[in-house]
Amino acid sequence: MRIVVLVKQVPAGDTEFGPDLTVRRDGRAAGLNPGDSFAVDQALRIAVRRRDVRITAVTMGPGEAINSLRTALVLGADEGVHVKDAALHGSDALATSRVLAAAVRRLGFDLVLCGAASADSGMSAVPAMVAERLGVPALCFADALRVRERRVEIHRDDGRGELRVLVAAPPAVVSVTERCGEPRYPRFASRADSRDKPLSVWSLADLGIEPAEVGTRGAASVVRAVTPRQSGPVVVQGDPTSAAIRVADFLAERRFL
Amino acid sequence: MSTVLVLAEGREDGGEDRGEDRATCALLTLARRLGTPTVALAGKGDTRLLAEFGAATIYPLATPARSAAPGRTTAPAALSPVAARVAMLAELARRTQPAAILIASGRDGLEIAGRVAVRLDSGVLSDVIDVHDGPVAVQSVPGGSYLVESHVTRGIPILAVRTEHVAVRPAPVTPAVHPLRMRFPDSTYAVREITPRRRQLCTAAVIVAGGRGVGSRDAFDDLVERLAAALGGVAGGSHTATELGWCPRDARVDQLGTIVHPSLYLGLGVSGSLRHRAGMRDAATIVAIDRDPAAPIFQFADLGVVGDVHQVVPELLAEIERRRAQPVIRTREA
Repeated sequence: MRIVVLVKQVPAGDTEFGPDLTVRRDGRAAGLNPGDSFAVDQALRIAVRRRDVRITAVTMGPGEAINSLRTALVLGADEGVHVKDAALHGSDALATSRVLAAAVRRLGFDLVLCGAASADSGMSAVPAMVAERLGVPALCFADALRVRERRVEIHRDDGRGELRVLVAAPPAVVSVTERCGEPRYPRFASRADSRDKPLSVWSLADLGIEPAEVGTRGAASVVRAVTPRQSGPVVVQGDPTSAAIRVADFLAERRFL
Repeated sequence: MSTVLVLAEGREDGGEDRGEDRATCALLTLARRLGTPTVALAGKGDTRLLAEFGAATIYPLATPARSAAPGRTTAPAALSPVAARVAMLAELARRTQPAAILIASGRDGLEIAGRVAVRLDSGVLSDVIDVHDGPVAVQSVPGGSYLVESHVTRGIPILAVRTEHVAVRPAPVTPAVHPLRMRFPDSTYAVREITPRRRQLCTAAVIVAGGRGVGSRDAFDDLVERLAAALGGVAGGSHTATELGWCPRDARVDQLGTIVHPSLYLGLGVSGSLRHRAGMRDAATIVAIDRDPAAPIFQFADLGVVGDVHQVVPELLAEIERRRAQPVIRTREA
């Protein structure tokens, strides 16, 4: 069984936008997207139940993005693939899904795992787009994941009292939330081993993608303006009734009621 | 005037309303700014309500007949709601050539938006909270720390809208209703839904936690459990609450109990000690109600209420009940 985990390097701390209105990534401390470390760990949990699992971590991005692959290898992935090309800068969700789907198709897969939302842009549509391009079912936002021979099952809590269990047959794409289980802290042996695991770098030409289809040139949407918004903690005091109404308003605004 | 395709959040058979009607009305309110709304309606929807909010054309999905799959002896499987809606939108986009497609953002909404975007090779914008002519979309990213204005340059703009940020306004019309007959491919049945089991603390989207401030076991049942039930969530307890026996040990939220990642964490009488914080700091939204204004939880809560939980929570439960009893559509005051 071949499991491909899609990982992403995200800037640490708050999101900042550069002069060309893309998320600033260069020269900033960065790490593996927390959601993706959960995906790597889920792949490992499948691996302990079977003998034939091979876990491949795939990322796309600038040179530094290889660090996210190294982290994934430390966490337990068997090999890494870095899609690196100067033309990729400024890629939108459509282009990202095109590149990732091409890489996954080239590798071959039974299961594609990834974090449900990235911490920097929150574009949660990418897993579904990858599934659409690969022509396989997608099980998105898994709060719990169970994989059997011919059956992938996810549990979802959509809030407001809605519990769902979705089932599909592999091959499939699954995106996991941070509720699926804390990633285990890697052992020293795993750190040491990770240095010997294979890392390959692919370019767009390797995937047969034209540079004009991706990056800023291939983007299907344009950002016109970015306005920062200040929001901090709010503390309310006062009589219980008005405080309760304030809380109810807050919950309704965020669709929890 | 160009048409704008709106995906109505239809309810499943016999399902209760979970804000789908309001979401659809919000989409229609935005769609009217861009053109004439055309509604794709899967599931049970109220056409009267759609007409009141300006749906000029409605395409309800006629119950699909499934081609009998070879070698299949069981009863035909149910359509996967997401896949069916993707197929519907792609088909209607081909027929009506809309100026934009509006979908309510959410777990299913994002998947639908992503898949439709790939099928139509069109740009997609998520977390949209407002739309201007063009269409230019105002997005709230990430977690509302930036407002980003974007527009789509290729294909039919697909906007996943966070409808709770939209004030709904009616504009009655007389709609034309054309039942939509479609034959769905087998891939539309690839994802099945089965009956869920009990909700668990570690995977809960909403967690209401009680701490020492709740005061007693009876109060814990009365406040924490009831509020959790009202919000469709799970009750949890701090270290103190579990040690005092107010709630079972497996409901303990902290470093050694369960580390939780809910969308909403509501702390009642929880001070927010380091130990508890280690178990819940990754919650997306944190609301705290506590008597002590110096409690550390107020430093990282998104909304804090200084007050006695024994007074605030009953008022909150009554307020939630009042809102639930009201008609579905509530216009937010501008």
